[in-house]
Amino acid sequence: MGLLTDLRNSISRAQAKLFADGDSEPKRIGIYGPPNAGKTTLANRIARDWTGDAVGPESHVPHETRRARRKEGVEIERDGKKVTIDIVDTPGVATKVDYEEFLDHDMEKEEAVRRSREATEGVAEAMHWLREDVDGVIYVLDATEDPFTQVNTMLIGIIESRDLPVLIFANKIDLDDANIKRIRDAYPQHETVPLSALEGDNMDEVYSKIAEYFA
Amino acid sequence: MPETTDPTPDGVQLDLISGERMDGLTSMEKIRAILDSVREGNIVILEAGLTPDEESKLIEVTMSEINPDGFSGIEIESYPTSGGSEQGLIGRLMGKDDDDGQKLTVIGPANQIETLHKDETIISALVSRQ
Repeated sequence: MGLLTDLRNSISRAQAKLFADGDSEPKRIGIYGPPNAGKTTLANRIARDWTGDAVGPESHVPHETRRARRKEGVEIERDGKKVTIDIVDTPGVATKVDYEEFLDHDMEKEEAVRRSREATEGVAEAMHWLREDVDGVIYVLDATEDPFTQVNTMLIGIIESRDLPVLIFANKIDLDDANIKRIRDAYPQHETVPLSALEGDNMDEVYSKIAEYFA
Repeated sequence: MPETTDPTPDGVQLDLISGERMDGLTSMEKIRAILDSVREGNIVILEAGLTPDEESKLIEVTMSEINPDGFSGIEIESYPTSGGSEQGLIGRLMGKDDDDGQKLTVIGPANQIETLHKDETIISALVSRQ
């Protein structure tokens, strides 16, 4: 454990990269993060840029994505590197879901209860995908929000414990109060890439990192 | 859950659970014990925390138990913060990292914990009665 664990993790990641080159099976890359971080906006941006299709509807209402959605065979080519991935857009992970929070978004109680029920199923589904079915993770954070939350801490810990390669995306850098350094400082052990999925800012670097990291 | 003092109708019960007690339980028994206590309105403090895999299952089981008429989920905080980058070399060599679950963890019902904050040295919880 400890240093030995770190060493083992580094070796296994390096091996995964080395032996992946000849592997034609697309990697399943899960887009994870808390609700409203911009996961679906990012998934749609990537899918539209490389396939022309979207993945799912975007919304400012939390838990808009309540089922994991997979976009298969997204081929990304950058700097001479080409990678084919399946993008898995997952519901935002939380430890609580209260139907009353949906009432603030002009919903009737019945609709809010239904939505909260679907949201809880979606979070459970996202956790299951993380344990069983993804080969790598893009962890999306809202750069205007404090990244030091327990959900983020737990999820990054779970991802690390499974030795999954992870890129951290600091989203919403088009907003004035975005703070990229705060995210870098929170997770110094991982690469942080700033972007605005909504405006398409810094997508060149995003694609370069995806091609480099998940090849 | 454990045999602590009888809860009074106006009080909030704290269950401080030793690492030794949790060591004897399987992952699902731990999660069941935590959620049973939290769903009764108690605050659970784990001396030794959970492994990442157990935390993942705790979230999943919590989600399956949320219902609009009562239980809206949990608040959870751990100390020290994860990342492990600030641990001493000796501790890392001895394997005392987060993977061992050696982290004080506070878990409570989301609808009763109004504020749950942590920084490098403190976890603060403001708990309301049921």
